[in-house]
Amino acid sequence: MRLDVNIISKSFTSAADKRHEVLAGIEFTLYSGEIGVVVGPSGCGKSTMLRILAGLDQDFEGQISRPRKARLAMVFQEPRLLPWRSVEDNVRLAAPDAEEAKLAALFAVLELTAHRDHFPGELSLGLARRVALARAFAVEPDFLILDEPLASLDDALAHRLREEIAALAANRPMITLLVTHSIDDAVHLGDRLFLLSSRPARLLHRMPVATPRGERSAAVIAALKADLARLDLANTPGSADLDGEPQSK
Amino acid sequence: MLRLLSFVMFLATWWIAALLAGSAKLPLPSAVLAVAVAEARSGALLLHLGATLGRVTLAFTLAMALGSAIGYMMGRIRLADRLGDPWLILLLNLPALVVIVLAYIWAGLTEVAAISAIAINKLPTAVVTLREGTRALDPALDEMATVFAFPRWRRFRHVLLPQLAPYIAAAARSGLSLVWKIVLVAELLGRPNGVGFEIGIAFQLFDIPLLLAYSLTFAAVVLVIETLLVQPFELRTSRWRLRAA
Repeated sequence: MRLDVNIISKSFTSAADKRHEVLAGIEFTLYSGEIGVVVGPSGCGKSTMLRILAGLDQDFEGQISRPRKARLAMVFQEPRLLPWRSVEDNVRLAAPDAEEAKLAALFAVLELTAHRDHFPGELSLGLARRVALARAFAVEPDFLILDEPLASLDDALAHRLREEIAALAANRPMITLLVTHSIDDAVHLGDRLFLLSSRPARLLHRMPVATPRGERSAAVIAALKADLARLDLANTPGSADLDGEPQSK
Repeated sequence: MLRLLSFVMFLATWWIAALLAGSAKLPLPSAVLAVAVAEARSGALLLHLGATLGRVTLAFTLAMALGSAIGYMMGRIRLADRLGDPWLILLLNLPALVVIVLAYIWAGLTEVAAISAIAINKLPTAVVTLREGTRALDPALDEMATVFAFPRWRRFRHVLLPQLAPYIAAAARSGLSLVWKIVLVAELLGRPNGVGFEIGIAFQLFDIPLLLAYSLTFAAVVLVIETLLVQPFELRTSRWRLRAA
């Protein structure tokens, strides 16, 4: 199973009838079992790209080949829960086939057990984000899209949820695409890192990470971060592509 | 408690006004009650109230169902909105009397004519309200439902309907009060039974106690239906808002 992305161009027409190009040249491939992490300046069009990948926006130039019949799950930037349904119903509506035992385990891991019967309006943003994560995990997707899922969570929880995402990705043959601002998330989770330019977003660098996710020592993480920082400094269109060269040993 | 107090004040005002105006113009509450009891004993009250309620139920259901469907379509599809808008404005501003008279002329003095005339009067307000509601639907939740591949019924039941519920409740509330008003006119003009018919008779005979007996029983029925049916429904649909903390 693989995901082939080739977005040549995507533009919007603004209210003033001007065309704005948002995406210009994003091409990558992601395989089952891999986590791809997209890093880029804020407002560069990452969310637009995710909408295209999720099939929500078909008005673009290029091609996406998603595996047929792949079960999709997405964590949006905002939780997007149904305010008139309880936490449990929100999850069950997306994943009607989920077994009670699995749901209970999921709620326990995300510390949502006490909140099952609450309505989303009663939750803090951090809790609502966890519900959105629970919903996406409960679906047991083949293709999981995460749009800054760990933003606005405290460090300890973000750390635990990161492990959770990693564990889930390891357990299932699943394609995961994560958009994040956090270099920490990127270097801990990513199998392939994609660096985008500012608007219109272009894919500047592809950075495969050779060390398996579970075996990254502090030294490896530090080296990866240094590499990312170096690339970020050289964040100019047309700079050397690092495709195919493992960045860590 | 407060409701009871305002009801007592209403009765007291009536009593004083009746004493001042004389029973020829405004009979005492006790006289009206006596007539109402007599009518209820003979079974006439129940028959006429039943006939009116039946018409209200049918016309209201018809108008709500059709109006919601048309309103939803006009809110979703721009072409439908453009095509339907002139009709809507025409219907909204057409006097109820014109619709009722034309219906009786074209369809005869029949039950079908009466019920459709009432429904047509209520229809445009339901359309307008539901169109507004459809325009206010949250596209973010729509996208969520698409991503998680919600089947049609689940999407309707859990994503669409809860968002439209306040608008449906508003349309029902305003529509019901409109129907209460129009049904009597329709009955007065062309039906052999119902509260409106009976009020017409009372008017011709200048029988003010009879007129008031029917009007007030009718008002009481409306009040009971509003408190027992419409308000609990509104409360239920907004239950999730109340507990927000």
